[in-house]
Amino acid sequence: MRRLLALASLIAALTPSASLAAQELVVGAGAPFQTITAAVAAAKPGSTIRVRSGIYREPTIVIRIAGIRLVGEGWPVLDGEGAREIVNIRADDVQVQGFELRNTGVAHMEDRAALRVIEASRCTIADNRFRQTLFAVYLQRAHDCTIRNNDIIGAGGGESNNGNGVHLWHSTGVRVIGNSIRGQRDGIYFEFSRGAVAEGNRSEGNARYGLHFMFSDSCTYTGNAFVANGAGVAVMYSKGIRMERNEFRDAVGSAAYALLLKEITDGALIENKFLNSSTGLYLEGASRLEIRGNEFRGNGWAVRLMADALDNRFIGNQFVSNAFDVATNSRTVRSSFDGNWWDAYRGYDIDRDGRGDVPFRPVRFFALVVEKHPEALLMLRSPVTSVLDAAERVFPVLTPPLADERPLMRPPQ
Amino acid sequence: MNAATLTVPAPRAASPLGLVLRAGVRDLARNRWLLAYGIALAGIAELLFVFGGAGQQVLLSLLNATLLLVPLVALVFGTMHVYASREFIELLLSQPLPRRAIFIGLYLGLTLPLAAAFVLGVGIPLLLHGTLSAAAPSALLALAVVGVLLTAIFAAMAMAIALGSDDRLKGMSLSLGAWFLFTIGYDGAVLAVVSMFGDWPLEKPLLLLMLGNPVDLARVLVLTGIDTAALLGYTGALFRRLFGGALGPSVALTALALWTVLPVSIARRRFLRRDF
Repeated sequence: MRRLLALASLIAALTPSASLAAQELVVGAGAPFQTITAAVAAAKPGSTIRVRSGIYREPTIVIRIAGIRLVGEGWPVLDGEGAREIVNIRADDVQVQGFELRNTGVAHMEDRAALRVIEASRCTIADNRFRQTLFAVYLQRAHDCTIRNNDIIGAGGGESNNGNGVHLWHSTGVRVIGNSIRGQRDGIYFEFSRGAVAEGNRSEGNARYGLHFMFSDSCTYTGNAFVANGAGVAVMYSKGIRMERNEFRDAVGSAAYALLLKEITDGALIENKFLNSSTGLYLEGASRLEIRGNEFRGNGWAVRLMADALDNRFIGNQFVSNAFDVATNSRTVRSSFDGNWWDAYRGYDIDRDGRGDVPFRPVRFFALVVEKHPEALLMLRSPVTSVLDAAERVFPVLTPPLADERPLMRPPQ
Repeated sequence: MNAATLTVPAPRAASPLGLVLRAGVRDLARNRWLLAYGIALAGIAELLFVFGGAGQQVLLSLLNATLLLVPLVALVFGTMHVYASREFIELLLSQPLPRRAIFIGLYLGLTLPLAAAFVLGVGIPLLLHGTLSAAAPSALLALAVVGVLLTAIFAAMAMAIALGSDDRLKGMSLSLGAWFLFTIGYDGAVLAVVSMFGDWPLEKPLLLLMLGNPVDLARVLVLTGIDTAALLGYTGALFRRLFGGALGPSVALTALALWTVLPVSIARRRFLRRDF
């Protein structure tokens, strides 16, 4: 018993010294450490390194000790002087917060990143600013990390001499939350990254895609905004994607898509908005998707459905002010539309159940003509197109037998 | 019926052109059909606002109404009016007035009231609802300009048709035929050309074809003013360069102006050479 008590008191005595081991190292003018590199060299697992404001020009800071917290106070600037990466994380549980990382310079032989995480887990990169960086945050084989509330403004170059804002490669379970990204090549890029979550990010005015992912299954995208990116958003070769309450807008150009889906299966698109884009939603080889409650407004094409898109279900979406609601390149369409609201619908509802009593055929004849001969678009809104559409509606010969049998009479709330 | 207006003693300074123009405008200002036209346009615009929803959608529907109605009314009403004014024209010709002045006075006397009916008919609901002008002022301006120019073109065409034949039935059929040709027939032919020669690069020939029809020019001019940039992105670089930049609208406007000159000069020639 006495031994036990002694042990207990020993533990009690040791505990404060254990927290003492998580010591604080202060970096800055007049502080114990002048450089972050020196502080990192002196740090033990679990140390907190506080960096006071100032401009730090140091060789790439490599963190190899687990549990280090690197905290900037008053936005200290880490400058890459156009020549190198700025921070590399090679240990677990590292946190980087409150810094401005800037000026990595452009490199054509390497993917130079301001902050790179290499084969480490549970890192947190929060509340930092990235300016003039080739790649801002680059995760390779890094798992369960959080990238939160960072503000990233790229150098704004074209596609060939620019990098991505948040880049994930072979990283699972990463959360990308509340970041703002602009002027990069791709705002957010996931490759071979399973189970990632992107939430509340804003990706705007990037040279190529606002969001780009390939071979990244079971990811969730919620409440993000993708605005005026060069080619919109493109997602390919992934399963079990869930996209909810995102806003895709202002993707304008001959090869721009608010959202391009290619070889995507078993996913869900719920309550997203597709606004003012050349093409709202483009489906190629996309199958078994549930597309529900989305809003398509003011697009050239709201939905372009290629022949190899199978078994997609469009339910309760609304189509407003689009030049073409649905276009397709085939007579046989193997996706279904049920209970959507179409502003072009002219049917009636005698039994008053809120659903139209005559089917709506969303593929206009003129849309078929344009699909075959893009130049014919010059005849857009010519009265003759309405005449042809009306004739085709009465005697459907050429348009695919695609119909919403029970269209909504009022836009869904 | 128009002689009464002419007996009003004109101020001494009035030119023959002014005299004829004033008489023509006064006559048409009391015309019930013209009033009906203005009210119909206002009614359509108002209905579009009440039921049409978003501002841009209203503008597009107004564009469609303008493209169909303005040529129709200018052609049919213009032809009718010239036939109805036959006696008035003969009376004018018996006066010591130069024929050129009489022609211009008659033409403007027809065009200005029609254009005024269009501008007021579409403009008053627009002003009352206000919101739209903030949304797309350039497109709105384009719509107004295009409406007035189409009126001028098709009124001149109507005069040329009515002065070319004394047979009213023939004149009316020709007018309706011209309306059909310019609003639907021409575009149908263009679409046929597109589907027949779809394997060739058609962008440039198509742009040239657009210049061949004032209704198409009007449509493209207004569409480029609206932010259907969504679509323009799609039609390829050439279309964008030609109609998206500053050059496009000026080319289209110049072509429309030329289109006004053509029927006016035909009508004028017929009027000057004709033996009434």
